[in-house]
Amino acid sequence: MSNSIINWFKYASPASFYPLAGRMIPWFSWLAVVLIASGVWLGLFVAPTDAQQSEGYRIIFVHVPASWMSMFIYCVMAFWSALGLAFNTRLSGMMTAALAPTGAMFAFLSLWTGALWGKPMWGTWWVWDARLTSQLILFFLYLGFIALQSAIDDPRRADRAGALLALVGVVNIPVIYFSVQWWNTLHQGASVSLTKAPSMAHVMLEGMLVMALGFWSYAIAVALTRVRCIILEREITSEWIKRNAVE
Amino acid sequence: MQWNSWQEFLTMRGYGLYVWGSFGACAVAMILEPLWVRNRWNAIRTRQPRQERS
Repeated sequence: MSNSIINWFKYASPASFYPLAGRMIPWFSWLAVVLIASGVWLGLFVAPTDAQQSEGYRIIFVHVPASWMSMFIYCVMAFWSALGLAFNTRLSGMMTAALAPTGAMFAFLSLWTGALWGKPMWGTWWVWDARLTSQLILFFLYLGFIALQSAIDDPRRADRAGALLALVGVVNIPVIYFSVQWWNTLHQGASVSLTKAPSMAHVMLEGMLVMALGFWSYAIAVALTRVRCIILEREITSEWIKRNAVE
Repeated sequence: MQWNSWQEFLTMRGYGLYVWGSFGACAVAMILEPLWVRNRWNAIRTRQPRQERS
């Protein structure tokens, strides 16, 4: 048992994670390019016109993946935060900090594309309903996390403060997810669920899933590049960086 | 293929502003962010050799 634990902890050290991340970045970058290109092709050229929303529904191919990513990235940040607080590992805080800007971007894109979808379908850019408001709170949580981290000079203290915020804020994620069931909202219910058959044409669903996987790969590639920046910035004086002329 | 003409594709049968506004914002954001991170990376990399020599 002790062996398996030691293997996992090996990559909790920035020195051993740094080269691993470097090897993974090109793979995820290319995967993102290929998947997003296929997703755009499926979404704009292959998927049929919607019976109710005509071509306006095509926003779904960016809106849903961006929204999923904004929630998923926050969960991953909370996961790393919990690990960081429990084991006091340096890498956890770095990962959380590396993910936050990408998560904020996806939360913003979710709100932006949602507004552009709401205008033609609901007749308004914005309403203060449960789904939209909780998603806006998620966006502010990301901004708050980034502001809090950059306000504290000592990186380890900044990590701990950020980790607390990330963990407290994670209660908002189920609120966003279930908001369409718990409250009467203008926002439609989930189009895809694990328990029911999807309520849309196959090719629409496929396009959306391909796009979501593409956004996923994109987020991994960008976050890994950013975490490598953070590792170098924070550990520039440490022996392992001096020893191996870091590639 | 769902489109009879370029015109139809570009106007999205009346939803052009909304659809292209969404896809465009995503494209801009997802092109700028990697460039921004690359910049940060390059800035560190050009700083580093000097520190290694010292």
